[in-house]
Amino acid sequence: MNFLLQPLTLVTFFPLLGVLALVFINGEQKNTIRWTALGTALVTFVISLWAFFFSGQFNPANGDLQLVAKYDWIMVAGWNIRYYIAADGLSVMLILLTTFLTPIAILSTWKAVEDRVKDFMMFFLMLEVGMLGVFVAQDLFLFYIFWEFTLVPMYFLIGIWGGPNRLYAAVKFFLYTMAGSILMLLAILWLGVNQGTFSVPDLVAKGGIPVDIQFWLFWAFTAAFAIKVPMWPLHSWLPDAHVEAPTAGSVILAGVLLKMGTYGFLRFNLPLFPEAAVAAAPTIATLAVIGILYGAAVSYSQKDVKKLVAYSSVSHLGFVMLGMFALNSQGIQGAILQMINHGLSTGALFLLVGMIYEQTHTREIKVYGGLWKITPVFGTLMLIVALSSMGLPGLNGFVGEFTILLGAFGSVAYGSYWYAMLSAIGVILAAIYILYMFQKMFLGPAGEITHHHEIKDLNLREIITLLPLLVFIFWIGLYPAPFFNLMAPAVEKLLIPFQAVLMAAH
Amino acid sequence: MATETLIWLVPLPPLLAFFLIVLFTNKSKALSHSIAVGAAFLSWLAAMLIFAAALGREHLGEDPFTSQINWLPTGDTFLKIGVMIDPLSAVVLFFVGWTVLMIFLYSVGYHNFGQPAGDHDHKGLPPHGATVTDEHGHKHTVLSIEPMYSRFFAFIGLFAFGMYTLVVSDNLLTLFVGWEIMGLCSYLLIGFWFAKPSARAAAIKAFMTTRVGDVFMLMGVAYLYSMTGTLSYRAIFYNEEVLHHLATTAAPLFGMSAAGLIGLLLFIGTVGKSAQWPLHIWLPDAMEGPTPVSAMIHAATMVSAGVYMVIRIFPLFTADWDHHSLTTTMSIIAFIGAFTAIFAATIAVAQNDIKKVLAYSTISQLGFMIAALGMGAYIAAAFHLVTHAFFKALLFLGSGSVIHGMEHGVMHTGDHHVDPQDMWNMGGLRKKMPITFWTFLIGGFALSGFPLVTAGFWSKDEILADAFAHGHWAILATLSIAALMTAFYTMRQITLTFFGEPRTKEAEHAHETPWTMTTPLVVLSVFAIGYGWLGIPEHFPGLGGIVPNWFHEFVGGTLIHHPEAVAFHWEPLAISLVVAFGGLGLGWVVYKDVKAGQPDPLEKPLGPLYPFLKNKWYFDEFYTYYVVGPMTWVSEVFTFQWMDRGVIDGIIHSVAQLAPAIGSFLRNWFDKPVVNELIGDGSAAVFQWLGHQLRFIQTGRLQAYLISAVATFLVVGAALYYFGF
Repeated sequence: MNFLLQPLTLVTFFPLLGVLALVFINGEQKNTIRWTALGTALVTFVISLWAFFFSGQFNPANGDLQLVAKYDWIMVAGWNIRYYIAADGLSVMLILLTTFLTPIAILSTWKAVEDRVKDFMMFFLMLEVGMLGVFVAQDLFLFYIFWEFTLVPMYFLIGIWGGPNRLYAAVKFFLYTMAGSILMLLAILWLGVNQGTFSVPDLVAKGGIPVDIQFWLFWAFTAAFAIKVPMWPLHSWLPDAHVEAPTAGSVILAGVLLKMGTYGFLRFNLPLFPEAAVAAAPTIATLAVIGILYGAAVSYSQKDVKKLVAYSSVSHLGFVMLGMFALNSQGIQGAILQMINHGLSTGALFLLVGMIYEQTHTREIKVYGGLWKITPVFGTLMLIVALSSMGLPGLNGFVGEFTILLGAFGSVAYGSYWYAMLSAIGVILAAIYILYMFQKMFLGPAGEITHHHEIKDLNLREIITLLPLLVFIFWIGLYPAPFFNLMAPAVEKLLIPFQAVLMAAH
Repeated sequence: MATETLIWLVPLPPLLAFFLIVLFTNKSKALSHSIAVGAAFLSWLAAMLIFAAALGREHLGEDPFTSQINWLPTGDTFLKIGVMIDPLSAVVLFFVGWTVLMIFLYSVGYHNFGQPAGDHDHKGLPPHGATVTDEHGHKHTVLSIEPMYSRFFAFIGLFAFGMYTLVVSDNLLTLFVGWEIMGLCSYLLIGFWFAKPSARAAAIKAFMTTRVGDVFMLMGVAYLYSMTGTLSYRAIFYNEEVLHHLATTAAPLFGMSAAGLIGLLLFIGTVGKSAQWPLHIWLPDAMEGPTPVSAMIHAATMVSAGVYMVIRIFPLFTADWDHHSLTTTMSIIAFIGAFTAIFAATIAVAQNDIKKVLAYSTISQLGFMIAALGMGAYIAAAFHLVTHAFFKALLFLGSGSVIHGMEHGVMHTGDHHVDPQDMWNMGGLRKKMPITFWTFLIGGFALSGFPLVTAGFWSKDEILADAFAHGHWAILATLSIAALMTAFYTMRQITLTFFGEPRTKEAEHAHETPWTMTTPLVVLSVFAIGYGWLGIPEHFPGLGGIVPNWFHEFVGGTLIHHPEAVAFHWEPLAISLVVAFGGLGLGWVVYKDVKAGQPDPLEKPLGPLYPFLKNKWYFDEFYTYYVVGPMTWVSEVFTFQWMDRGVIDGIIHSVAQLAPAIGSFLRNWFDKPVVNELIGDGSAAVFQWLGHQLRFIQTGRLQAYLISAVATFLVVGAALYYFGF
């Protein structure tokens, strides 16, 4: 029982209890199923809050791994695979983001998913287990299991409840991610065999991986993570997956699954291969900047609002990568905060797009128009979220982008202002595509759909779904200090090895 | 209450008003405007108290009111934000307080409070009038109340919050926050009548264009931070050591110093915000918004904020200046300012829309200030900033009053094809609208620099005097010609609008506006005259020395080294007199006898130049063709179709085709059995092919698989765990 009562173990696997409960519920009792799933997700969220803030076992002022649960698992033939989970400042907010977004996403399916509700909820809760596992695992093998495990439920969520072209999208998503993961698996096996352990903290402490081998391992990990982020030019699975995925799937995909990629860089690439990371920083930054500009440019030309939001993710995640590989505290803190921001803002955007899609069954921008007049609440919330996404000061996006810019500007690893300068152009472009979208859909004369279709404003459930996101959009925008405090010590600790490496390199 | 606490509180009432109106009172128009105007009054009161306290504090420049809190942890230190009132922010706070309050009050009348709801008014369109029946049974068309009345007051409340935040900030970060909030409100208010395509286009254009500048500004802020580790004004601009460090560090571009490059980047923000060439294109279109918005945002406060920022960061420009030849950054600034001043003035000469004239005039006057800053005339720029805010707000509100009067005429005649903003439809309004006329005259004369009496004379004269004293001949010549044109187009406007005979029936039936609109005009005209007397140079013949040059003494204290007042010279004064009287006289002579239907008397003598000016030097066309067009192509064709769908997806698809073995394997073993059948027959036979081999498990129910998957996972896990020991 001790094993199960470990706070993090409890958080990670609690949704499985919900899955178990769902098994015994008749598939026709859709509302019971929904409430059970929602309840499970909410309890998971509460447990996660308790684990980090009220259990007294987690101290954010300490940069080390905490809430540790460590058991030997597979110890045969020199393989030291452990069940080893823990959390620190790098992962705490991502864990909370996962447990926070899952109930919101479930709430958004109340009316949207009528078909096979039971299966849907089971997959969804299993997905949550996978995501949480990715963020808590400290053993590479365990991490890999969770990492691959998330693919399965997502594949079915897209493939069964998706749009007309879901087959193509689901397969593309699955194969693309698999392809990257295989390289990572090889690197993981190399590490496990040659270093004698899969435990990440042990590997980091041990160090001493020769620089030329670091290089190969770094890029093998990067293959998996860069596809997940996705970094340019490996992003083309993302728009298809998003467009076909059901709303809740898109919210989780954008909100959490993409962060698994950026988190992977942070947790593995940086501490395990510091020399290689410093050497790769300009390359990664170049790709990040291209992604920022490219994603923004493509967003502007989209006719489908969901695709627009999907491509904007490519741009936003570019900022995250740019901040992270600046390899200084502002850059990395900004990157972590921006992961959260993107989860909140883009999650909210997908929710809003889904809410209108439920009524009209089209996402084509040009058939809308004049929505603000008809649906003032919807319009106002959309405007706030859009402004947050384009980084308006006072809202969350700005704080992240600004901190990242500060980091990129002062980055020794980049050694040039140009990355920061060019990335700032993305900020202009973001305003362009977001505002054009807003203008075409919400202002002006009524379009085809708005004219012929009775469109209702948001109902209470929908407002409740969005409200928590809005609270954080404003909170982070106005007073971000508590969020930075949560991660700062861990980031400082992460950066210690880089000081020497950067000194040597420049 | 401590002054510092009061400073924190200044921006809050309008923000509170915004939320109150949006959340609770938006159904009640009277309540909404009461809250908004009340909030503006509270902020005004606080601003005046702070101003008084600032006047009473000795050595305010060395020892300003400050208060700070921690905001953003950056590594081991905090990025602090806070408030500060030094002499510069005190004078800015003063004019912002007054103009904002006056414009809030004016908006009540402008949006026809007390009038009936319109017959066919829609949200997102300006009111079209309502039909009322009087006691004799006659039907009249009268002005109708704005359908989104409450929303307007909410938005301007949010705007006022942004402006006050900017003014009381003690650092560039919160300045930027206020700056962007204003940008948002500007967007929302230009597009207030969002059902008009022109208003929507103007709103988005304004936001985009200023955003281009903002991003450079943001880079400047980031650069400054990476150099100094702080964004506080005091720590950078009032700190010789830091300034010296910035001035002596080389920047990676154009052989500038870091100070120069940071200054230039920040200045580009101003080019966008204060509508300087070449980012000026948004401001004239912004006149699509309601007139109070034009007066507040696009004349008195937001566009002034751009100049305010440049004044604020002025020590950066002078950090590596030897006080003789201008630095690269200063030359660029001076050139852009002077060019904008004359360029916009030429356009204003050929505009017919009463608000468009004022819009170009604003661009031009802001150019004067920027030019002054470029040549190091710190006090003169600040002085002109304040006087201009007063008289230009006055002129805009006056023009709104005129338009309102004309709309009254339009309602009367019922001919909705008459444009109430076209000055050629006016004439003779001085008799119909006397208060508007006299106050507009005062504002116009201040803008023209009518000698001695008006504030505009003193501030503009100071700029010219500075250019003369330091031998910036090109700037002096450019600004003098621009000033001549200013006086000319102002008199053209006054003459066409108020003098002569009414040129249309509508003008004949124009009507003076209600007290809520005329009171602000009167108050602002007091400042348009009186404020100039606060800055009379000490050695000015006759008047100098009678009233001390308070403005110079007070605002000069903002800098570490108080700037010297320039010595008095006759030549610039003579120029000032000649251009003011010359322009006004010329305007009067050319336009005094214009009849209805007559073309602009300038059309013939100017020849092909006239359409060139009327079409604003074709800058909009230029941008559409050379910027927007290629950008759209890059986005839609190059990046999306060629790169994304063509190259990137093409490679991925051909990888799949180049590996037919993998392809057919997937198709036969994964695609067909798993996906197709799963989706195809809609049954739950996900792992059907697997089921053939493991028939006993195959129950046809998806969740059975899920359980078995979990169970397998647990069993295998447990087994391995066991063996692990």
